[in-house]
Amino acid sequence: MSTTISNGQGALAPRPQRIAARLPWWLTGLVVPALQLALALGVASLVVLLVGESPLATLRVMLTGALDPANGLASTLYYATSLTFTGLAVAVAFHAGLFNIGGEGQAYVAGLGVALACLWLDGRLGAPAMFCVAVVAATAAGAFWAWIPGYLQARRGAHVVVSTIMFNYIAAGLLNYMLVSAIGSGGMGTETRSFAPSAMLPKLHEALAPLGIVLAPSFLNIAMLLALLCAAGVWWLLWRTRLGYALRLLGQSPRAARYAGLSAASLTITAMLISGGLAGLMAVNDVYGAQGRLVLNFTGGMGFLGVAVALMGRNHPAGVLAAALLFGALYQGSTDLQLDFPRISPELILVIQGLVVFFVAALDRLVREPVERGYLAWSNRQRPDA
Amino acid sequence: MEDIWLMVLSTAASAIRLACPLVLAAMGGILAERSGIVDIGLEGKMLAGAFAAATLASQLGSPWLGLVGGMAAGVALSMLHGVATIRYRGDQVVSGMALNFFALGLTMVLGQAWFEQGGQTPALDAAQRFTPIDLPGAETWARQVPVLGDFYRIVLSGHSVLVYAAFVLPALISFVLGHTRFGLRLRAAGEEPNAVDTAGVSVAGVRTLALVATGMLCGAAGAYISTAQNAAFSRDMTAGSGYIALAAVIFGKWRPQPVLGACLLFGLLTALEARLQGQSLPGLGTIPPQVFQVLPYVLTVVLLAGFIGKATPPKALGRPYVKER
Amino acid sequence: MTPLQSADPAFAIELQGITKRFGTVTANDQVDLQVATGSIHGVVGENGAGKSTLMSILYGFYQADEGSIRLHGRAATIRNSADAISQGIGMVHQHFMLVGTLSALDNILLGAEGGWRLGDSRYRARERLRRLMDTYRLQVDLDAQVDDMPVGEQQRLEILKALYRGARVLILDEPTGVLTPQEAGQLFAILRELRDRQVTVIIITHKLQEIMDVTDRVTVMRAGRVVAERRTAETRREELAELMVGRPVLLQVDKHRPSEHAASHAPVLSVRDLGLVDGRGCMRMAHVGFDLHPGEILGVAGVSGNGQTELLRTLAGLLQPTAGSMTLATGNAPRTFTPQRWLDADELRGLGCAHVPEDRLSEAIVKNFSLQESAVLGYQGDHALAPRGWLSPRHLRRRAMQLIDAMDVRPAVPTLRTADMSGGNQQKLVLARELARRPRLLLVGQPTRGVDIGAIERIYRELIKARDAGTAILLVSVELEEIFALSDRIMVMNGGRVTGIVPTAAATVRDIGLLMTADALPQDLTT
Repeated sequence: MSTTISNGQGALAPRPQRIAARLPWWLTGLVVPALQLALALGVASLVVLLVGESPLATLRVMLTGALDPANGLASTLYYATSLTFTGLAVAVAFHAGLFNIGGEGQAYVAGLGVALACLWLDGRLGAPAMFCVAVVAATAAGAFWAWIPGYLQARRGAHVVVSTIMFNYIAAGLLNYMLVSAIGSGGMGTETRSFAPSAMLPKLHEALAPLGIVLAPSFLNIAMLLALLCAAGVWWLLWRTRLGYALRLLGQSPRAARYAGLSAASLTITAMLISGGLAGLMAVNDVYGAQGRLVLNFTGGMGFLGVAVALMGRNHPAGVLAAALLFGALYQGSTDLQLDFPRISPELILVIQGLVVFFVAALDRLVREPVERGYLAWSNRQRPDA
Repeated sequence: MEDIWLMVLSTAASAIRLACPLVLAAMGGILAERSGIVDIGLEGKMLAGAFAAATLASQLGSPWLGLVGGMAAGVALSMLHGVATIRYRGDQVVSGMALNFFALGLTMVLGQAWFEQGGQTPALDAAQRFTPIDLPGAETWARQVPVLGDFYRIVLSGHSVLVYAAFVLPALISFVLGHTRFGLRLRAAGEEPNAVDTAGVSVAGVRTLALVATGMLCGAAGAYISTAQNAAFSRDMTAGSGYIALAAVIFGKWRPQPVLGACLLFGLLTALEARLQGQSLPGLGTIPPQVFQVLPYVLTVVLLAGFIGKATPPKALGRPYVKER
Repeated sequence: MTPLQSADPAFAIELQGITKRFGTVTANDQVDLQVATGSIHGVVGENGAGKSTLMSILYGFYQADEGSIRLHGRAATIRNSADAISQGIGMVHQHFMLVGTLSALDNILLGAEGGWRLGDSRYRARERLRRLMDTYRLQVDLDAQVDDMPVGEQQRLEILKALYRGARVLILDEPTGVLTPQEAGQLFAILRELRDRQVTVIIITHKLQEIMDVTDRVTVMRAGRVVAERRTAETRREELAELMVGRPVLLQVDKHRPSEHAASHAPVLSVRDLGLVDGRGCMRMAHVGFDLHPGEILGVAGVSGNGQTELLRTLAGLLQPTAGSMTLATGNAPRTFTPQRWLDADELRGLGCAHVPEDRLSEAIVKNFSLQESAVLGYQGDHALAPRGWLSPRHLRRRAMQLIDAMDVRPAVPTLRTADMSGGNQQKLVLARELARRPRLLLVGQPTRGVDIGAIERIYRELIKARDAGTAILLVSVELEEIFALSDRIMVMNGGRVTGIVPTAAATVRDIGLLMTADALPQDLTT
């Protein structure tokens, strides 16, 4: 078979050359976030200076307090567990192209679900069974609370970002009402009665003590293992299943998803269900595993912090785990500040959190573009005819 | 009968006072969003404004200086938002959220460190606050006039100057948007930034100016809360009203007069919550206070879902402007 | 606008040696252009010929790498659109630069308000605009909201906007793409009015009829260069068509004669009276009908924008038609689809058909996915890929390697990011993917757009091979050489209608060129 082709091919449609994407993963996944983190901490240091304390000393206290096994490590892991759940929730939704800021509200409703289940069944079920029921209740409740905004986006075009913000506040009101009027234990009405000890699994330090491992007392409980499982599960879902492929496809290119015969509407709803379920599992860590009762505002802002964790971890489960650990350490460390630096309120964590999110996500290009351009220039000099 | 009438009036007056910060912040939100920038950071700017205003008022002795300080704090946060979203084309939702956290934490940290009163700023005395103003004749001949006199005395008179300013504001914003060069360019930037660019006007410049105005208004809203409505700044004192203002912007479909109406409605809900606390209404029983708290959000969601009319945002809202070639 | 003095030079615009490169692509190559003052000048060429780039340089969006510009005899630099406007150049873009929620008057004022109070600006502008509208017979309802205006009026508004800013040169980019024939006629009347008043008009277009109807001179561009300039009165559509698409076929591909297959077998695809009216009320396709038999390639030729894209996407299940029907006889029993119940992409594949979209980058592959993930796009539900329920990388890699082998995709690295592949290899991957299942019907658009020569050859070979194995192929392409090289029959579309279906062996480029500018066939012709 012979072919000869004329050079009648016209010039391509002009498009300015963009930075080619031959960038190693460690550059985009480690170097850039690390620099952004450093910037955020730098600005936070300025705040600490403004208050009249030493940034280095503050940081040292925070980190040692958080990472010392005999001290705060267990609590760090406990916070990291909650953040893993909420971070995974945001990450999954992001992969499908959705911004789920409703983790806080989804966790609230899940807490409600866990509390209702436990209050109803704690006299009748042993600990392992109660735990399973709690997990199911949390997942279902959280998924439900995310389903509504998902449905509204898929079928009625209501933007998920705005509706999830609204639903956070509606959930808070709902929880408030339930605690005050329905399931509260009287008094101030900000918490339920404690669940029966027979239905509670032991905390990790209690479980490990008979084995000779000594951990400082903390809230750390079996939910941590569940979180690790979820991280693995999310990875599996996104990169080893057809559903995960479809979700990522939707997030990358809705047009290609349509070409591939997929329904954007049902994928959107599915993504939100999974996301809400994951966020809801945070309630297992806190309401069931740690507190043993439902307390008002138990989420402590972890839902919002999950967004920071997901963004910092670049929406990858491994990154989410690392970022959750980092933020958990900062969170725990900030509570330690009270002793040594009574003038610095623990809300410094909010300042750090806000700055990290700002530099890692909002001001992403500030660091990313010079670093990537610099790397490309350097590597092009190594290979002039790339 | 007389009692009920007075109760209605005082609830209305309360609603107006509660709506004031919402109106100020929501007008700021309108300007930002109509220019094409999503701004969920109203809450953070209000907090920063409240803190700055209370601090300056207590240190310098004048609520007006506090107001200026509050507006400046709002503008500072707005400019951070602007740099991230306009210059660096960052995600607008994330930026707003980050700045909310930052402001929340910063106000608490600075408050605790500087004043060591658990995050509160020093209490303000009357000279350092915006005090209620009695309109002429409110306390004298209005008492003689039935019905309307009471209305004048209770509902219209007795608010601080910021409240009166807030209620003149929507008309002013309407005028600016519809009848000035700046307003025209702002609206165009939010719908079709390409058209603005090809007409030789800088989209970034227009949006930045819009954000400056947003910062000033949200800062003023915060200043009202800490120096007029209350007598100091306390931790997280805005308590979500920035998000209610955002809901009002959406509920009022980004137009000043309907948004004003939405703010009044939401203010009324809060006033009713306090007024009807524990009281049983015929046929409805006791309405839990949480219902009033979540109603603004529920209404907004209902609107978003298209059940009560369409909410069409500015066309270019949320998309960073990149010159298309 | 006062008429020009007689001292003004003869040429409103002189471009000399304009060259513009984007990376390795030369969009404009030593372009010379002279536009006489007070004339209507057409610049014609195919997509990618460089005419849009040239006009963008004139309007200040780009700066030329080489060359010079003279406006009205004086050297000029145009750094941005504000410069262009101030030097009297106005542009009406293909996609209007209008703010839909504002009134026509406000759109005109944007950027040219003349004061901070709009009330005053509006008052002053009205008077001036009324004079402009009367002078040039450009009627626009100044107080109507742009969103409510018909497209023709929006376009008049764009022209008025340019004139209000003092444009003496008006550039129109593909002006009739969204107009009905009547509106186009009205536009031409306005353009003649402008010309008669010494406003210089430049029209960029690929529609030859437009050139013949309204221009005084025409410049033909191809592959970034000017290939010809003519006085419109001294040329014909056919000559322009030939100049636009280049010399006749140099491409020869060995084809077995399809005598064993085509026409003797029942058609795999039957389309009857297919029509599509878009959301704005513009007719995109009308009365399209044809049969496609197994083992034949039907090439759809025509200048782009004449309904071929809509035809392809409708048949592929991505667009909903408003009239007509299609019948697929690929399965056990023929399935007929009508606008009440049209097929979707999933069903298309289920019926043993495949689709290679025209827009590769945004539809056929996913830039940020790995090669092997793009290799299963559309087929992710395949059982062979997930025998134990989960997508194993091993199976993905195996599938990818099969496709890589089938079409010699390079580099043979299944984990490579799709965006890092060259255009040619991406296209080879897409084709391999769609041909892997031996579809009975293949819909393919622009198979070699942005593809290097080596890959083109391979792609042609594979298409012929598929045809020889019995696949029916509908090939949409703007490259006439390609159509001639591959097709057994050629169907020509113009203005959304079929203007002819001819066997390739019996056709010449000239014939096809004629058909590309002809009127529709009578409706009963379907073979």
